[in-house]
Amino acid sequence: MQPTTFLYEKRYICTEKIGFVKLNPFKQITTMSKNLIYLDNNATTPTDPRVVDAMLPYFYQHPGNAASRNHPFGWAAEEAVDYAREQVAKLISVDPKEIIFTSGATESDNLAIKGVFEMYSRKGNHIITAKTEHKAVLDACKKVEKMGGEVPYLEVNREGLVDLKELEAAIKDNTILVSIMWANNETGVIQPMKEIGEICARHGVLFMSDATQVVGKIPVDPKAVGCHLMAFTGHKMYGPKGVGALFVNRKKPRVKVTAQLDGGGHERGMRSGTLNVPGIVGLGKAAEIAAQEMQKDTERLSKLRDRLEQELLNSLEEVYINGSSEHRMPHVTNLSFKHVEGEGLMMTFNQEIAVSSGSACTSASLEPSYVLIALGLGDDLAHSSIRFSLGRFTTDEEIDRAIVAVRNGVNHMRELSPIWEMYKEGIDLDAVEWSEH
Amino acid sequence: MAYSDKLLDHFKNPRNVGTLDKSKENVGTGLVGAPECGDVMRLQIEVDDQTGTIRDAKFKTFGCGSAIASSSLATEWLKGKSIDEAMTFDNMDLVEELALPPVKIHCSVLAEDAIKSAIADYRHKNGIETEGSAEAQASH
Repeated sequence: MQPTTFLYEKRYICTEKIGFVKLNPFKQITTMSKNLIYLDNNATTPTDPRVVDAMLPYFYQHPGNAASRNHPFGWAAEEAVDYAREQVAKLISVDPKEIIFTSGATESDNLAIKGVFEMYSRKGNHIITAKTEHKAVLDACKKVEKMGGEVPYLEVNREGLVDLKELEAAIKDNTILVSIMWANNETGVIQPMKEIGEICARHGVLFMSDATQVVGKIPVDPKAVGCHLMAFTGHKMYGPKGVGALFVNRKKPRVKVTAQLDGGGHERGMRSGTLNVPGIVGLGKAAEIAAQEMQKDTERLSKLRDRLEQELLNSLEEVYINGSSEHRMPHVTNLSFKHVEGEGLMMTFNQEIAVSSGSACTSASLEPSYVLIALGLGDDLAHSSIRFSLGRFTTDEEIDRAIVAVRNGVNHMRELSPIWEMYKEGIDLDAVEWSEH
Repeated sequence: MAYSDKLLDHFKNPRNVGTLDKSKENVGTGLVGAPECGDVMRLQIEVDDQTGTIRDAKFKTFGCGSAIASSSLATEWLKGKSIDEAMTFDNMDLVEELALPPVKIHCSVLAEDAIKSAIADYRHKNGIETEGSAEAQASH
Protein backbone atom coordinates (compact mmCIF):
# COMPACT_ATOMS: atom_id res chain seq x y z
CA MET A 1 0.00 0.00 0.00
CA GLN A 2 1.40 3.38 -0.98
CA PRO A 3 1.29 6.04 1.76
CA THR A 4 -1.38 8.67 1.35
CA THR A 5 0.15 11.90 0.25
CA PHE A 6 -0.89 15.10 1.90
CA LEU A 7 -0.21 17.70 -0.70
CA TYR A 8 -0.27 21.18 0.71
CA GLU A 9 0.07 23.15 -2.49
CA LYS A 10 1.32 26.30 -0.88
CA ARG A 11 4.12 24.56 0.99
CA TYR A 12 5.09 22.54 -2.01
CA ILE A 13 5.59 25.68 -4.03
CA CYS A 14 7.46 27.15 -1.11
CA THR A 15 9.88 24.25 -1.02
CA GLU A 16 10.44 24.64 -4.73
CA LYS A 17 11.21 28.27 -4.27
CA ILE A 18 13.81 27.66 -1.63
CA GLY A 19 15.39 25.09 -3.84
CA PHE A 20 14.72 21.81 -2.10
CA VAL A 21 13.57 19.99 -5.20
CA LYS A 22 16.13 21.71 -7.35
CA LEU A 23 18.73 19.59 -5.64
CA ASN A 24 19.47 16.97 -8.25
CA PRO A 25 21.40 14.15 -6.63
CA PHE A 26 21.66 12.13 -9.81
CA LYS A 27 23.61 14.90 -11.44
CA GLN A 28 26.02 14.95 -8.52
CA ILE A 29 26.63 11.21 -8.75
CA THR A 30 27.45 11.33 -12.43
CA THR A 31 29.79 14.25 -11.84
CA MET A 32 31.42 12.43 -8.98
CA SER A 33 32.08 9.24 -10.89
CA LYS A 34 33.55 11.09 -13.84
CA ASN A 35 36.45 12.32 -11.77
CA LEU A 36 36.90 9.75 -9.09
CA ILE A 37 36.24 6.03 -9.17
CA TYR A 38 34.48 5.00 -6.00
CA LEU A 39 35.52 1.46 -5.02
CA ASP A 40 34.85 1.82 -1.31
CA ASN A 41 31.24 0.71 -1.25
CA ASN A 42 31.81 -1.43 1.85
CA ALA A 43 32.57 1.77 3.75
CA THR A 44 29.38 3.36 2.53
CA THR A 45 27.33 3.47 -0.64
CA PRO A 46 26.11 6.55 -2.44
CA THR A 47 22.42 7.10 -1.72
CA ASP A 48 20.44 6.05 -4.76
CA PRO A 49 18.79 9.12 -6.32
CA ARG A 50 15.45 7.27 -6.26
CA VAL A 51 15.86 6.92 -2.49
CA VAL A 52 16.58 10.61 -2.12
CA ASP A 53 13.49 11.42 -4.17
CA ALA A 54 11.38 9.25 -1.90
CA MET A 55 12.80 10.90 1.23
CA LEU A 56 12.56 14.55 0.26
CA PRO A 57 8.83 15.09 0.91
CA TYR A 58 9.29 13.88 4.49
CA PHE A 59 11.49 16.78 5.48
CA TYR A 60 9.09 19.63 4.81
CA GLN A 61 5.95 18.53 3.06
CA HIS A 62 5.16 15.79 5.60
CA PRO A 63 6.98 16.89 8.73
CA GLY A 64 4.91 14.96 11.24
CA ASN A 65 6.04 12.87 14.17
CA ALA A 66 5.02 9.26 13.57
CA ALA A 67 3.89 9.10 17.21
CA SER A 68 1.44 12.01 16.84
CA ARG A 69 -1.85 10.17 16.76
CA ASN A 70 -4.26 13.08 16.60
CA HIS A 71 -3.65 14.92 13.36
CA PRO A 72 -2.98 14.30 9.68
CA PHE A 73 0.71 15.21 9.99
CA GLY A 74 1.25 12.38 12.41
CA TRP A 75 -0.88 9.97 10.39
CA ALA A 76 1.09 10.67 7.22
CA ALA A 77 4.36 10.03 9.01
CA GLU A 78 3.08 6.86 10.63
CA GLU A 79 1.77 5.57 7.33
CA ALA A 80 5.10 6.24 5.67
CA VAL A 81 6.94 4.40 8.45
CA ASP A 82 4.53 1.46 8.26
CA TYR A 83 5.03 1.24 4.53
CA ALA A 84 8.82 1.36 4.90
CA ARG A 85 8.63 -1.35 7.54
CA GLU A 86 6.80 -3.54 5.04
CA GLN A 87 9.38 -2.83 2.35
CA VAL A 88 12.26 -3.71 4.68
CA ALA A 89 10.53 -6.82 6.05
CA LYS A 90 9.81 -8.06 2.56
CA LEU A 91 13.46 -7.80 1.53
CA ILE A 92 14.49 -10.21 4.29
CA SER A 93 11.28 -12.29 4.32
CA VAL A 94 10.17 -11.47 7.86
CA ASP A 95 7.06 -9.99 9.45
CA PRO A 96 7.00 -6.16 9.57
CA LYS A 97 6.41 -6.42 13.31
CA GLU A 98 9.86 -7.97 13.61
CA ILE A 99 11.64 -4.85 12.37
CA ILE A 100 12.96 -2.35 14.92
CA PHE A 101 14.26 0.86 13.38
CA THR A 102 17.48 2.24 14.83
CA SER A 103 20.13 4.79 13.94
CA GLY A 104 22.31 2.24 12.17
CA ALA A 105 24.09 -1.06 12.42
CA THR A 106 26.27 -0.05 15.37
CA GLU A 107 23.19 0.71 17.42
CA SER A 108 21.47 -2.47 16.23
CA ASP A 109 24.51 -4.57 17.20
CA ASN A 110 24.63 -2.92 20.60
CA LEU A 111 20.91 -3.34 21.16
CA ALA A 112 21.03 -7.01 20.20
CA ILE A 113 24.08 -7.98 22.24
CA LYS A 114 23.63 -5.88 25.35
CA GLY A 115 19.86 -6.22 25.11
CA VAL A 116 20.04 -10.02 25.08
CA PHE A 117 22.68 -10.02 27.81
CA GLU A 118 20.41 -8.03 30.10
CA MET A 119 17.15 -9.74 29.13
CA TYR A 120 18.49 -13.27 29.49
CA SER A 121 20.75 -12.72 32.49
CA ARG A 122 18.80 -15.34 34.46
CA LYS A 123 19.53 -17.95 31.85
CA GLY A 124 23.22 -17.22 31.53
CA ASN A 125 25.97 -14.73 30.86
CA HIS A 126 27.96 -16.47 28.12
CA ILE A 127 28.05 -14.95 24.61
CA ILE A 128 30.10 -16.43 21.78
CA THR A 129 31.50 -14.33 18.96
CA ALA A 130 34.47 -14.36 16.57
CA LYS A 131 37.69 -12.38 16.25
CA THR A 132 36.85 -11.03 12.80
CA GLU A 133 33.63 -9.33 13.84
CA HIS A 134 33.09 -5.62 13.31
CA LYS A 135 34.15 -3.34 16.17
CA ALA A 136 30.49 -2.61 16.91
CA VAL A 137 30.09 -6.26 17.93
CA LEU A 138 33.51 -6.71 19.52
CA ASP A 139 33.25 -3.57 21.61
CA ALA A 140 29.68 -4.36 22.66
CA CYS A 141 30.97 -7.79 23.75
CA LYS A 142 33.82 -6.18 25.66
CA LYS A 143 31.25 -4.07 27.46
CA VAL A 144 29.32 -7.22 28.26
CA GLU A 145 32.49 -8.67 29.77
CA LYS A 146 32.84 -5.57 31.92
CA MET A 147 29.27 -6.07 33.07
CA GLY A 148 30.11 -9.56 34.25
CA GLY A 149 29.59 -11.53 31.06
CA GLU A 150 31.86 -14.16 29.65
CA VAL A 151 32.78 -13.92 25.97
CA PRO A 152 35.01 -16.30 24.03
CA TYR A 153 36.24 -14.87 20.70
CA LEU A 154 36.50 -17.68 18.18
CA GLU A 155 39.43 -18.00 15.82
CA VAL A 156 38.86 -18.19 12.06
CA ASN A 157 40.76 -20.26 9.53
CA ARG A 158 42.92 -19.00 6.66
CA GLU A 159 39.76 -18.56 4.58
CA GLY A 160 38.23 -16.35 7.25
CA LEU A 161 35.59 -18.91 8.23
CA VAL A 162 34.69 -19.95 11.75
CA ASP A 163 35.23 -23.59 12.65
CA LEU A 164 31.82 -25.14 13.30
CA LYS A 165 33.21 -27.78 15.64
CA GLU A 166 35.00 -25.15 17.64
CA LEU A 167 31.80 -23.12 17.79
CA GLU A 168 29.77 -26.06 19.01
CA ALA A 169 32.42 -26.97 21.57
CA ALA A 170 32.34 -23.41 22.91
CA ILE A 171 28.62 -23.61 23.74
CA LYS A 172 28.00 -24.15 27.44
CA ASP A 173 24.95 -24.45 29.66
CA ASN A 174 25.04 -20.73 30.37
CA THR A 175 25.46 -19.67 26.73
CA ILE A 176 22.68 -17.29 25.76
CA LEU A 177 23.83 -15.94 22.40
CA VAL A 178 26.05 -16.65 19.41
CA SER A 179 26.92 -13.54 17.41
CA ILE A 180 28.54 -14.22 14.04
CA MET A 181 28.52 -11.74 11.18
CA TRP A 182 26.92 -12.76 7.91
CA ALA A 183 29.80 -11.44 5.79
CA ASN A 184 32.95 -9.64 6.75
CA ASN A 185 33.37 -5.99 5.87
CA GLU A 186 37.08 -6.23 5.01
CA THR A 187 37.22 -9.48 3.08
CA GLY A 188 33.61 -10.07 2.03
CA VAL A 189 33.87 -13.64 3.37
CA ILE A 190 30.45 -15.18 4.02
CA GLN A 191 30.09 -17.40 7.08
CA PRO A 192 28.23 -20.74 6.98
CA MET A 193 25.03 -19.23 8.34
CA LYS A 194 22.77 -22.24 7.93
CA GLU A 195 25.18 -24.54 9.76
CA ILE A 196 25.68 -22.02 12.56
CA GLY A 197 21.91 -21.64 12.84
CA GLU A 198 21.50 -25.41 13.14
CA ILE A 199 24.09 -25.62 15.91
CA CYS A 200 22.38 -22.80 17.81
CA ALA A 201 18.97 -24.46 17.38
CA ARG A 202 20.35 -27.78 18.60
CA HIS A 203 21.60 -26.18 21.79
CA GLY A 204 18.69 -23.78 22.30
CA VAL A 205 20.90 -20.73 22.01
CA LEU A 206 19.91 -17.46 20.34
CA PHE A 207 21.69 -16.62 17.11
CA MET A 208 22.41 -13.03 16.19
CA SER A 209 24.12 -11.80 13.05
CA ASP A 210 25.60 -8.51 11.97
CA ALA A 211 24.37 -8.54 8.37
CA THR A 212 25.41 -4.99 7.54
CA GLN A 213 27.38 -5.96 4.46
CA VAL A 214 24.89 -8.40 3.00
CA VAL A 215 21.35 -7.04 3.32
CA GLY A 216 20.38 -5.54 -0.02
CA LYS A 217 23.41 -7.08 -1.73
CA ILE A 218 22.66 -10.82 -1.74
CA PRO A 219 19.50 -12.73 -0.79
CA VAL A 220 19.20 -12.74 3.00
CA ASP A 221 16.56 -14.72 4.84
CA PRO A 222 17.32 -14.88 8.57
CA LYS A 223 14.45 -17.25 9.38
CA ALA A 224 15.63 -19.75 6.78
CA VAL A 225 18.99 -20.02 8.53
CA GLY A 226 17.68 -19.95 12.09
CA CYS A 227 18.93 -16.45 12.85
CA HIS A 228 16.94 -14.73 15.62
CA LEU A 229 18.40 -11.23 15.59
CA MET A 230 19.95 -9.46 12.63
CA ALA A 231 21.49 -6.00 12.41
CA PHE A 232 21.76 -3.94 9.24
CA THR A 233 21.89 -0.38 8.02
CA GLY A 234 20.70 1.90 5.25
CA HIS A 235 23.95 3.37 4.03
CA LYS A 236 25.48 0.10 2.86
CA MET A 237 22.53 -0.59 0.56
CA TYR A 238 22.22 2.74 -1.26
CA GLY A 239 20.00 4.16 1.45
CA PRO A 240 20.72 7.11 3.74
CA LYS A 241 23.17 7.23 6.64
CA GLY A 242 21.86 7.44 10.18
CA VAL A 243 19.15 4.82 9.86
CA GLY A 244 19.29 1.08 10.35
CA ALA A 245 17.26 -1.77 11.72
CA LEU A 246 17.32 -4.80 13.93
CA PHE A 247 15.30 -7.86 13.06
CA VAL A 248 14.00 -9.48 16.24
CA ASN A 249 12.32 -12.88 15.87
CA ARG A 250 8.78 -12.79 17.26
CA LYS A 251 7.61 -16.38 17.20
CA LYS A 252 9.31 -19.66 18.00
CA PRO A 253 11.14 -18.34 19.87
CA ARG A 254 9.77 -14.98 20.90
CA VAL A 255 12.94 -13.00 21.37
CA LYS A 256 13.11 -9.98 23.61
CA VAL A 257 15.84 -7.46 24.15
CA THR A 258 16.22 -4.95 26.95
CA ALA A 259 16.01 -1.44 25.58
CA GLN A 260 19.29 0.44 25.58
CA LEU A 261 17.65 3.83 25.10
CA ASP A 262 14.93 4.76 27.53
CA GLY A 263 12.20 7.20 26.67
CA GLY A 264 8.83 7.18 25.00
CA GLY A 265 8.67 3.45 24.41
CA HIS A 266 8.81 3.61 20.63
CA GLU A 267 9.44 0.52 18.51
CA ARG A 268 7.59 -1.87 20.81
CA GLY A 269 9.48 -0.51 23.77
CA MET A 270 12.78 -1.75 22.43
CA ARG A 271 14.08 1.52 21.03
CA SER A 272 12.81 4.84 22.27
CA GLY A 273 13.30 8.02 20.31
CA THR A 274 11.30 9.94 17.72
CA LEU A 275 11.41 7.97 14.51
CA ASN A 276 13.67 9.28 11.77
CA VAL A 277 10.85 9.40 9.25
CA PRO A 278 12.79 10.59 6.17
CA GLY A 279 15.57 8.12 6.95
CA ILE A 280 13.16 5.24 7.46
CA VAL A 281 11.34 6.10 4.22
CA GLY A 282 14.74 6.05 2.52
CA LEU A 283 15.67 2.71 4.04
CA GLY A 284 12.34 1.31 2.88
CA LYS A 285 12.83 2.57 -0.66
CA ALA A 286 16.41 1.26 -0.70
CA ALA A 287 15.09 -2.15 0.38
CA GLU A 288 12.45 -2.13 -2.35
CA ILE A 289 14.99 -1.23 -5.05
CA ALA A 290 17.45 -3.83 -3.72
CA ALA A 291 14.81 -6.55 -3.90
CA GLN A 292 14.15 -5.69 -7.54
CA GLU A 293 17.71 -5.14 -8.72
CA MET A 294 19.87 -7.31 -6.49
CA GLN A 295 20.19 -10.19 -8.90
CA LYS A 296 21.08 -7.99 -11.85
CA ASP A 297 23.57 -5.99 -9.75
CA THR A 298 25.17 -9.11 -8.34
CA GLU A 299 25.72 -10.72 -11.72
CA ARG A 300 27.21 -7.60 -13.19
CA LEU A 301 29.39 -6.75 -10.20
CA SER A 302 30.80 -10.23 -9.73
CA LYS A 303 31.98 -10.15 -13.35
CA LEU A 304 33.56 -6.75 -12.86
CA ARG A 305 35.16 -7.81 -9.57
CA ASP A 306 36.54 -10.99 -11.14
CA ARG A 307 37.98 -9.02 -14.03
CA LEU A 308 39.64 -6.49 -11.73
CA GLU A 309 41.06 -9.28 -9.59
CA GLN A 310 42.22 -11.50 -12.45
CA GLU A 311 43.87 -8.72 -14.41
CA LEU A 312 45.80 -7.59 -11.36
CA LEU A 313 46.77 -11.16 -10.46
CA ASN A 314 47.87 -11.84 -14.03
CA SER A 315 49.85 -8.69 -14.63
CA LEU A 316 51.59 -8.32 -11.27
CA GLU A 317 53.78 -10.71 -9.30
CA GLU A 318 53.20 -11.53 -5.67
CA VAL A 319 49.55 -10.56 -5.37
CA TYR A 320 47.38 -12.54 -2.95
CA ILE A 321 43.65 -12.74 -2.39
CA ASN A 322 42.81 -12.42 1.30
CA GLY A 323 40.08 -14.72 2.56
CA SER A 324 37.97 -17.30 0.82
CA SER A 325 37.34 -16.70 -2.89
CA GLU A 326 34.57 -19.26 -2.83
CA HIS A 327 32.49 -18.04 0.12
CA ARG A 328 32.61 -14.38 -0.68
CA MET A 329 30.45 -11.38 -1.49
CA PRO A 330 30.23 -10.78 -5.24
CA HIS A 331 31.44 -7.19 -5.19
CA VAL A 332 34.45 -7.34 -2.88
CA THR A 333 38.08 -8.31 -3.25
CA ASN A 334 40.80 -7.83 -0.68
CA LEU A 335 44.27 -8.09 -2.19
CA SER A 336 47.76 -7.93 -0.75
CA PHE A 337 50.49 -6.55 -2.99
CA LYS A 338 53.61 -7.95 -1.39
CA HIS A 339 56.44 -5.55 -0.49
CA VAL A 340 54.26 -2.51 -1.10
CA GLU A 341 52.75 -0.63 1.82
CA GLY A 342 49.00 -0.20 1.39
CA GLU A 343 48.62 3.38 2.46
CA GLY A 344 51.50 4.55 0.29
CA LEU A 345 50.00 2.61 -2.61
CA MET A 346 46.62 4.26 -2.10
CA MET A 347 48.32 7.64 -2.21
CA THR A 348 49.61 6.93 -5.72
CA PHE A 349 46.08 6.72 -7.06
CA ASN A 350 43.85 8.46 -4.56
CA GLN A 351 43.11 11.29 -6.98
CA GLU A 352 41.59 8.67 -9.22
CA ILE A 353 40.36 5.72 -7.15
CA ALA A 354 38.89 5.60 -3.65
CA VAL A 355 39.57 2.34 -1.79
CA SER A 356 40.50 1.21 1.75
CA SER A 357 43.67 -0.30 3.13
CA GLY A 358 44.24 -2.81 5.91
CA SER A 359 47.44 -1.01 6.72
CA ALA A 360 47.15 1.15 9.77
CA CYS A 361 49.95 3.55 9.26
CA THR A 362 47.66 6.37 10.30
CA SER A 363 46.82 4.85 13.64
CA ALA A 364 49.05 5.52 16.57
CA SER A 365 49.33 1.81 17.31
CA LEU A 366 50.74 1.02 13.84
CA GLU A 367 48.91 -2.27 14.00
CA PRO A 368 47.44 -3.46 10.75
CA SER A 369 43.96 -4.91 10.25
CA TYR A 370 42.99 -7.28 13.06
CA VAL A 371 40.72 -9.09 10.62
CA LEU A 372 43.57 -10.00 8.27
CA ILE A 373 45.79 -10.91 11.21
CA ALA A 374 43.04 -13.26 12.44
CA LEU A 375 43.16 -14.95 9.02
CA GLY A 376 46.78 -15.75 9.73
CA LEU A 377 48.37 -13.17 7.44
CA GLY A 378 51.72 -11.86 8.57
CA ASP A 379 51.82 -8.21 9.56
CA ASP A 380 53.78 -7.44 6.38
CA LEU A 381 51.02 -8.80 4.10
CA ALA A 382 48.34 -7.11 6.17
CA HIS A 383 50.17 -3.79 5.73
CA SER A 384 50.16 -4.47 1.98
CA SER A 385 46.43 -4.99 1.62
CA ILE A 386 43.84 -3.03 -0.30
CA ARG A 387 40.10 -3.60 -0.23
CA PHE A 388 38.20 -2.94 -3.45
CA SER A 389 34.44 -2.87 -2.99
CA LEU A 390 32.30 -2.26 -6.05
CA GLY A 391 28.75 -1.01 -6.09
CA ARG A 392 25.62 -0.36 -8.10
CA PHE A 393 27.14 2.71 -9.72
CA THR A 394 30.48 1.13 -10.67
CA THR A 395 30.93 0.96 -14.45
CA ASP A 396 32.93 -1.22 -16.84
CA GLU A 397 35.01 1.73 -17.90
CA GLU A 398 35.85 2.57 -14.29
CA ILE A 399 37.18 -0.93 -13.72
CA ASP A 400 39.37 -0.58 -16.83
CA ARG A 401 40.80 2.63 -15.45
CA ALA A 402 41.21 1.19 -11.97
CA ILE A 403 43.19 -1.79 -13.27
CA VAL A 404 45.66 0.54 -15.01
CA ALA A 405 45.96 2.91 -12.07
CA VAL A 406 46.52 0.14 -9.52
CA ARG A 407 49.02 -1.68 -11.70
CA ASN A 408 50.99 1.52 -12.27
CA GLY A 409 50.84 2.35 -8.58
CA VAL A 410 52.13 -1.06 -7.52
CA ASN A 411 54.96 -0.95 -10.06
CA HIS A 412 55.90 2.55 -8.95
CA MET A 413 55.89 1.62 -5.27
CA ARG A 414 57.95 -1.48 -5.92
CA GLU A 415 60.56 0.64 -7.70
CA LEU A 416 60.76 2.57 -4.44
CA SER A 417 60.69 -0.44 -2.15
CA PRO A 418 63.96 -1.70 -0.69
CA ILE A 419 62.37 -4.97 0.33
CA TRP A 420 61.10 -5.57 -3.21
CA GLU A 421 64.70 -5.06 -4.40
CA MET A 422 65.98 -7.47 -1.76
CA TYR A 423 63.31 -10.00 -2.69
CA LYS A 424 64.32 -9.72 -6.36
CA GLU A 425 67.96 -10.26 -5.39
CA GLY A 426 66.93 -13.48 -3.72
CA ILE A 427 67.54 -12.34 -0.17
CA ASP A 428 65.52 -14.23 2.42
CA LEU A 429 63.65 -11.41 4.10
CA ASP A 430 62.75 -13.58 7.06
CA ALA A 431 66.44 -14.06 7.77
CA VAL A 432 67.11 -10.32 7.92
CA GLU A 433 67.42 -8.89 11.39
CA TRP A 434 65.13 -5.90 11.21
CA SER A 435 65.47 -3.04 13.64
CA GLU A 436 62.53 -2.14 15.77
CA HIS A 437 61.16 1.32 15.94
CA MET B 1 43.81 13.87 6.04
CA ALA B 2 45.13 16.53 3.76
CA TYR B 3 48.87 16.48 3.19
CA SER B 4 51.02 19.51 2.46
CA ASP B 5 51.98 20.35 -1.12
CA LYS B 6 55.61 19.76 -0.31
CA LEU B 7 54.92 16.29 1.02
CA LEU B 8 52.81 15.42 -2.01
CA ASP B 9 55.53 16.72 -4.31
CA HIS B 10 58.19 14.57 -2.65
CA PHE B 11 55.85 11.59 -2.72
CA LYS B 12 54.93 11.96 -6.37
CA ASN B 13 58.38 12.99 -7.58
CA PRO B 14 60.72 11.41 -5.07
CA ARG B 15 64.31 12.67 -5.31
CA ASN B 16 67.34 10.42 -5.25
CA VAL B 17 65.61 7.06 -5.53
CA GLY B 18 68.11 4.32 -6.13
CA THR B 19 70.91 2.13 -4.93
CA LEU B 20 74.59 2.86 -4.34
CA ASP B 21 77.20 0.14 -4.38
CA LYS B 22 77.31 -0.82 -0.73
CA SER B 23 80.57 -2.73 -1.18
CA LYS B 24 82.43 0.55 -1.77
CA GLU B 25 84.46 1.87 1.15
CA ASN B 26 83.06 5.36 0.84
CA VAL B 27 79.41 4.28 0.81
CA GLY B 28 77.48 4.05 4.06
CA THR B 29 74.19 2.16 4.16
CA GLY B 30 71.44 2.46 6.75
CA LEU B 31 68.55 0.01 6.73
CA VAL B 32 65.97 0.69 9.41
CA GLY B 33 62.42 -0.35 10.22
CA ALA B 34 60.75 -3.68 9.61
CA PRO B 35 58.22 -5.01 7.09
CA GLU B 36 55.93 -6.08 9.96
CA CYS B 37 55.77 -2.47 11.11
CA GLY B 38 54.87 -1.23 7.64
CA ASP B 39 58.03 0.88 7.26
CA VAL B 40 61.46 0.00 5.91
CA MET B 41 63.91 2.70 4.87
CA ARG B 42 67.22 2.16 3.19
CA LEU B 43 69.30 5.30 2.98
CA GLN B 44 72.80 5.43 1.51
CA ILE B 45 75.45 8.11 1.45
CA GLU B 46 78.52 8.35 -0.71
CA VAL B 47 81.31 10.40 0.85
CA ASP B 48 83.87 12.35 -1.17
CA ASP B 49 87.25 11.09 0.03
CA GLN B 50 88.93 14.42 -0.69
CA THR B 51 86.52 16.80 0.99
CA GLY B 52 84.85 14.49 3.48
CA THR B 53 81.45 15.73 2.41
CA ILE B 54 78.46 13.71 1.24
CA ARG B 55 78.64 13.64 -2.53
CA ASP B 56 75.55 11.57 -3.19
CA ALA B 57 72.63 10.17 -1.27
CA LYS B 58 70.06 7.60 -2.38
CA PHE B 59 67.10 5.94 -0.79
CA LYS B 60 64.48 3.30 -1.19
CA THR B 61 61.53 3.17 1.18
CA PHE B 62 58.73 0.70 1.81
CA GLY B 63 56.09 2.71 3.59
CA CYS B 64 53.38 5.28 3.49
CA GLY B 65 53.52 8.61 1.66
CA SER B 66 54.98 10.40 4.66
CA ALA B 67 57.80 7.87 4.98
CA ILE B 68 58.66 8.21 1.29
CA ALA B 69 58.53 12.00 1.36
CA SER B 70 60.61 12.07 4.57
CA SER B 71 63.36 9.96 3.07
CA SER B 72 63.31 11.88 -0.20
CA LEU B 73 63.67 15.22 1.57
CA ALA B 74 66.35 13.80 3.87
CA THR B 75 68.52 12.72 0.92
CA GLU B 76 68.22 16.20 -0.59
CA TRP B 77 69.30 17.76 2.67
CA LEU B 78 72.27 15.41 3.06
CA LYS B 79 73.99 16.24 -0.21
CA GLY B 80 76.96 18.54 0.30
CA LYS B 81 76.92 18.19 4.09
CA SER B 82 79.95 17.05 6.05
CA ILE B 83 79.56 13.91 8.12
CA ASP B 84 79.57 15.94 11.32
CA GLU B 85 76.91 18.26 9.97
CA ALA B 86 74.85 15.28 8.88
CA MET B 87 75.01 13.88 12.40
CA THR B 88 73.21 16.98 13.66
CA PHE B 89 70.12 16.10 11.57
CA ASP B 90 66.96 16.61 13.56
CA ASN B 91 63.75 14.80 12.62
CA MET B 92 61.72 17.83 13.68
CA ASP B 93 63.03 19.70 10.64
CA LEU B 94 61.25 17.12 8.47
CA VAL B 95 58.11 17.39 10.59
CA GLU B 96 58.04 21.13 10.02
CA GLU B 97 59.03 21.21 6.37
CA LEU B 98 56.58 18.49 5.33
CA ALA B 99 53.94 19.53 7.89
CA LEU B 100 53.66 15.93 9.07
CA PRO B 101 50.56 15.18 11.13
CA PRO B 102 51.18 13.77 14.64
CA VAL B 103 50.50 10.16 13.59
CA LYS B 104 53.25 10.47 10.98
CA ILE B 105 56.03 11.81 13.16
CA HIS B 106 57.49 8.31 13.44
CA CYS B 107 58.27 8.52 9.69
CA SER B 108 60.64 11.42 10.32
CA VAL B 109 62.19 9.59 13.27
CA LEU B 110 62.83 6.66 10.98
CA ALA B 111 64.55 8.96 8.47
CA GLU B 112 66.80 10.30 11.22
CA ASP B 113 67.60 6.75 12.29
CA ALA B 114 68.39 5.84 8.68
CA ILE B 115 70.80 8.77 8.31
CA LYS B 116 72.58 7.98 11.56
CA SER B 117 72.75 4.32 10.69
CA ALA B 118 74.24 5.12 7.26
CA ILE B 119 76.84 7.39 8.86
CA ALA B 120 77.69 4.73 11.44
CA ASP B 121 78.16 2.21 8.64
CA TYR B 122 80.45 4.60 6.76
CA ARG B 123 82.48 5.31 9.89
CA HIS B 124 82.71 1.64 10.76
CA LYS B 125 83.99 0.78 7.29
CA ASN B 126 86.60 3.50 7.50
CA GLY B 127 87.74 2.71 11.00
CA ILE B 128 86.30 5.86 12.51
CA GLU B 129 84.87 4.59 15.78
CA THR B 130 82.61 6.88 17.72
CA GLU B 131 80.27 6.38 20.59
CA GLY B 132 77.08 4.71 19.54
CA SER B 133 78.25 3.64 16.11
CA ALA B 134 78.53 0.02 17.10
CA GLU B 135 74.97 0.10 18.32
CA ALA B 136 73.67 1.71 15.13
CA GLN B 137 75.60 -0.85 13.14
CA ALA B 138 73.69 -3.64 14.79
CA SER B 139 70.50 -2.54 13.14
CA HIS B 140 71.38 -3.97 9.74
